[in-house]
Amino acid sequence: MFNQAFAGSVPLQGSEVAAQWDGLYSFLVWLSVFFFVLVVGAMIYFIITYRHDPQKRTKYITGSHWLEAIWIAVPTLLLMVIFCWGYFVYRNMVQAPSDAYEVRAIGKQWLWTFQYDNGRTSVGEVYVPMNRPVKIIMTSEDVLHSFFIPNFRVKQDVVPGMYSSVWFTATVPGKHQVYCAEYCGTSHSGMLAKLIVLDEDQWEAWNANQPLGEIPDAGADPSNSIAKSTSNANAVVQRDDLLTKRAAEIPAAAQLNLADQGKELYRNKGCLGCHSVDGTMKVGPSLKGVFGQKVELADGRVMKADENFIRSHIENPRATILKGYSSVMPTFKGLLTEAEMNALMAYIKSIK
Amino acid sequence: MAHSSDTENYLNHSKGLVSWLTTLDHKRIGLMYLFSVIGFFFVGGIFALLIRLELFKFGGHNLMDANTYNKVFTYHGAIMVFLVIIPSIPAALGNFILPIMVGAKDVAFPKLNLASYYIFMTGAVFAVVALFMRGADTGWTFYTPYSIRTNTTVILVLFGAFIAGFSSILTGLNFIVTIHKLRAPGLSWSRLPLFCWALYATSIIQVLATPVLAITLVLLCMERILQIGIFDPKLGGDPVLFQHFFWFYSHPAVYIMILPAMGVISEIIPVFSRKPIFGYKAIAYSSFGIALVAFLVWGHHMFVSGQAEFANFVFSLLTMFVAVPTGVKVFSWVGTMYKGSLHFHAPMLYALGFLELFTMGGLTGVFLATLAINVHMTDTYFVVAHFHYVMVGGTLMGLMAGIHYWFPKMFGKMYNEKAAQVAFWLIVIGFNVTFFPQFILGAQGMPRRYWSYLPEFTLLNRVSTVGSWLIGMGFVVAAYYLFHGIRNGKKALANPWNANTLEWQTSSPPPHENFLKTPVVTSWPYEYLPENTTMPVNA
Repeated sequence: MFNQAFAGSVPLQGSEVAAQWDGLYSFLVWLSVFFFVLVVGAMIYFIITYRHDPQKRTKYITGSHWLEAIWIAVPTLLLMVIFCWGYFVYRNMVQAPSDAYEVRAIGKQWLWTFQYDNGRTSVGEVYVPMNRPVKIIMTSEDVLHSFFIPNFRVKQDVVPGMYSSVWFTATVPGKHQVYCAEYCGTSHSGMLAKLIVLDEDQWEAWNANQPLGEIPDAGADPSNSIAKSTSNANAVVQRDDLLTKRAAEIPAAAQLNLADQGKELYRNKGCLGCHSVDGTMKVGPSLKGVFGQKVELADGRVMKADENFIRSHIENPRATILKGYSSVMPTFKGLLTEAEMNALMAYIKSIK
Repeated sequence: MAHSSDTENYLNHSKGLVSWLTTLDHKRIGLMYLFSVIGFFFVGGIFALLIRLELFKFGGHNLMDANTYNKVFTYHGAIMVFLVIIPSIPAALGNFILPIMVGAKDVAFPKLNLASYYIFMTGAVFAVVALFMRGADTGWTFYTPYSIRTNTTVILVLFGAFIAGFSSILTGLNFIVTIHKLRAPGLSWSRLPLFCWALYATSIIQVLATPVLAITLVLLCMERILQIGIFDPKLGGDPVLFQHFFWFYSHPAVYIMILPAMGVISEIIPVFSRKPIFGYKAIAYSSFGIALVAFLVWGHHMFVSGQAEFANFVFSLLTMFVAVPTGVKVFSWVGTMYKGSLHFHAPMLYALGFLELFTMGGLTGVFLATLAINVHMTDTYFVVAHFHYVMVGGTLMGLMAGIHYWFPKMFGKMYNEKAAQVAFWLIVIGFNVTFFPQFILGAQGMPRRYWSYLPEFTLLNRVSTVGSWLIGMGFVVAAYYLFHGIRNGKKALANPWNANTLEWQTSSPPPHENFLKTPVVTSWPYEYLPENTTMPVNA
């Protein structure tokens, strides 16, 4: 019965790490129940046993060193165990494998847009493959948002001016709910999305731009998924639908893949003029193979050329001039949309 | 000694509104704070009821639009945090009781004390004025960049909080000096009551942390007005920096909220168990332990903000440590009840309610300190439930316990005990019904600050709303019998609870200068001997 009650109180386990999370969570729940019963149980027992009785006297006790030692040492030990366990599961939750399939997300008041390596974009829905590590690289166009997938137990704030990410390996196909979890104004509670996990066949179909058919909610019984979605439509709550209308998906045939879009931008915005992609020395360093490398700056710092470094260099080059180069790169702040920045980033990553 | 109702005491020492508004008497200042805090509590409480009414979703309808809702929850949080929970016990009960408890005539700086009250009210006025303009819709946490961009009256609210903060700093300063310099003869450090130790630790936090909030709010005002570019990414600023500045104060602030309540509990449980407090030294030290760790853990509000993994590691580890001195206190309080002779008047009921509710709140704090768990739970209703359990179930229960405990001392009259029991059960049961379901809502994934929600969350939201009505009823009953007691209550004894601390060795209400003769302390205040099991309570 406890297991059922417990299972009802957490979302379904939609990813590999969700089961680890649930294990830790149920341990904490049990431990808390134990200590709660201990403390409140003792309290209730004393309330009954020691209520005022004019015939009885109290016992003069001011303390007990051994008892205090125990109730300092035992909790400390337990807390250290909890901390370590929590830290190790946390690392699994945030350290993405380097070969994860990447999708780029942009949060803006009050919707989510997604860009895929194959050049497609979607709004309000993100399509990912099942049983493969997936990393969603995110930024905001305006204020703080947060990308929260309860079924996968992951969440990360989405911050303007920088990239952050979530990763997961989805194990349950279908639609998983995504929420914005950082208050962002009027339609914060309407800034929802669906994360659609596709099995192998569906993934192939989606990549080939074929229709997918009706996709049920994750964990739902497929036979009544249509009934479920209409009952949701008649649901108690009126959602603010002004900003959750889906834009039509752009067919792949009319769109270059994301890295190729980036390649065009790289030429059109003038990057190629100073930064070669084949190793040739120009005014600026060649970007061949630069992504993920350690680079040495003119002021002696050594930094990793990841998304955030490259982005901040594009927006404020003077702050991170490389050793041996002069400070001539202009700033591109405000000259690139987030979507364009995502495309450029995909291209730079691909220059090996 | 018997005193008739027309004996000179601080209430009839001088008459008229002006004598109150210009008083230097810490007791009158304490009462003015008390009534102001109670007033703000009802305003903040009405906003809370509005939030829960909206979230009931009667017939699937919205009661207000999203923008209004966002202002309602912002005001609920800002009023409760800055105008109720932080000042309540120190400024209302502490001001009244602390000088008497240490055997002094007043606090060290009585004029500063009065100034603190007016500064507090001035800050409150700014916030209330903003309410009648465009209000604020940023959440009480004012996160950037939204708080830079929104066109609501943010600056006035920031300014109000900025001003009110000085009241907190000055009160803390006053208390530290009072405790150091004005203790009566014989009142050595090892005989200092735990309420005083709690106020001392609280005062240190107030003095050190509040200036950081002041500067943070000023910087945000400057960002809005002058576009200095410190938090706004469009100007090269870092929005997450705001969170570091904000929580560097606001985390210690929650210990400003809870430590005094713990001090109240440490006074009440021994008296109503007719037994010495268990572990006096450990409880006193633990207050300072908590105050120290309080400054080291602010990043646990920011585990998913984009903060480095290493920072998350450190903040999670340090946060775990705060549970140890907290546990010491809870175990010691329960231990005090062992083999005692327990009386269950309202002060003790609220203390026991504190024990249940604060234990829940504290245990769920461990969940949130655990990194992996926090990633899922942060920004959901789990956090909302956690902080209400500790702030309402902790601090507010402590305030109610203290109000009832010191009621006879403050007013010379008794409140109606039967009515108090009714209100207590309404409040405690109502509280659990309101907030326990919110742990489940959060675990299931319902984010906080949501005006609307998916259908699967409806049932628990409705249960929670019904609970809020019980709480509301409880407090209305409480307000009624408390005000009735002030006017028409039965005359109170000088020491109805048969307690040892100094405030009970003078009349109820106390004379203007607290004691007719300077008291001399000759023993530890928790010396409750085995035969001493009765309480006179009523004359």
